[in-house]
Amino acid sequence: MPEQDDNQGFLARWKALPTDSVPKTIFVAVSLCLFCSMIVAAAAVSLRPIQEVNKLKDKQMNILQVAGRYEDGIDIPEAFAAFEPRVLDLAAGTFTDAFDGATFDDRAAANDPELSRNLTDDPAGIGRRSNYAVVYLLNDEAGNLDKVILPIHGYGLWSTLYGFIALEENGNDIFGLQFYDHAETPGLGAEVDNPRWKAMWSGKELRDAAGDLKITVAKGVPSTDMEAYHIDALAGATLTSVGVDNLVRFWMGEEGFAPFLENLKAGAL
Amino acid sequence: MAQTRRSYLVDPLVDNNPITLQVLGICSALAVTSSLQVSFVMALAVTFVTAFSSMFISMLRNYIPSSIRIIVQMVIIASLVILVDQVLKAYLYDVSKTLSVFVGLIITNCIVMGRAEAFAMKNPPIDSFIDGIGNGLGYGLILMLVGFIRELFGAGTLFGFTVLPTVTNGGWYVPNGMLLLPPSAFFIIGLLIWGFRTWKPEQVEETEYKIQHLEEAH
Repeated sequence: MPEQDDNQGFLARWKALPTDSVPKTIFVAVSLCLFCSMIVAAAAVSLRPIQEVNKLKDKQMNILQVAGRYEDGIDIPEAFAAFEPRVLDLAAGTFTDAFDGATFDDRAAANDPELSRNLTDDPAGIGRRSNYAVVYLLNDEAGNLDKVILPIHGYGLWSTLYGFIALEENGNDIFGLQFYDHAETPGLGAEVDNPRWKAMWSGKELRDAAGDLKITVAKGVPSTDMEAYHIDALAGATLTSVGVDNLVRFWMGEEGFAPFLENLKAGAL
Repeated sequence: MAQTRRSYLVDPLVDNNPITLQVLGICSALAVTSSLQVSFVMALAVTFVTAFSSMFISMLRNYIPSSIRIIVQMVIIASLVILVDQVLKAYLYDVSKTLSVFVGLIITNCIVMGRAEAFAMKNPPIDSFIDGIGNGLGYGLILMLVGFIRELFGAGTLFGFTVLPTVTNGGWYVPNGMLLLPPSAFFIIGLLIWGFRTWKPEQVEETEYKIQHLEEAH
């Protein structure tokens, strides 16, 4: 009989405990955390496929936009089929078939010690750089290379800006630049998305005839010999502008796509 | 009862507005009001979170130990905010990109916790839910007002549609760039508070001290 009393007594005693007692406090904390974590995990897992599709579509749309192939209402995956994704070995400046361009994730590769390396000279503020990058080739109707779209990223004021730069087939003339992922200040740094500012990049050149990297984002009116390489900085967003300047110069430089662009120019691909 | 529920919904719009009377939720009101579209989505998100967090907290109010009540409230609010963030990323990707970090920062919006602590801990779930909706709408009302002024005079557009063609786009309107900066929202909210309190003088707080006039000795 005493055993039964104990059993009944447990529930009764539990109920009789004040809400503020230690066992009840721990019980509420643990069960609430378990419940909430299950809800959050369920939402994150079940919505992930849709989010991934959105991200992919957004990336493809940005590639179409930077290449001047985007119009409202077009079928994005269909239009994107014109682009050929290739994996590039950055140091060698040549394509590699070791990875599939359609599935290779260069953002993840930048964190993989096997596929990336630490940067000692790091003006773009990215820490590690992937040894491989996915570039997109766009051919014209005759099948000749028309544009190359190169991924670029670097630190601005608040965030890492991810974007693309589209170059003409000579690997020196800029066709367009676009960021698809950043968290800069709306109205100031986020003006990197302003179509009028982006339009300033079109027709600029990366290097002069001597092969020196000249492209610059800076304030003020450029001297006449710099006009072809000068992009006006964003008003009220000095640090974002400096960030864009650094990241473009980094990715177009020797640590970035310069070996590839030289090969492209020499027709060695 | 019906009368009080109605007042839970309507009072926070003007008479007990979370921004202009309680002066809560100012930081996000400064950050997201540079365009109307973002203000609108933010208002909806905050309304959703405030309503449901108030409801859930109210349902649990008799079981929440007072020593960990703030943490319990935070866990519930944070879970809801993550839920909103995930849903926005899945179904309104463009909007979630413009709102970026501010959705996550709903967690720190004082209105949500303020209602949980001040109302939901003492009232039944349905009343708390309605109170949450009302306060979310009151917050949204101010957000939309500020967003309207800032987008119209700062960028010459409303919901992204050109209303005042700006000089840079070939029109005549010289936009006021300051309105796109967060401090301008301070001025606008300050003026709104002034306007509200001139319209409804009972909202003016009593001064905590009065300057004493010494009577001249006769």
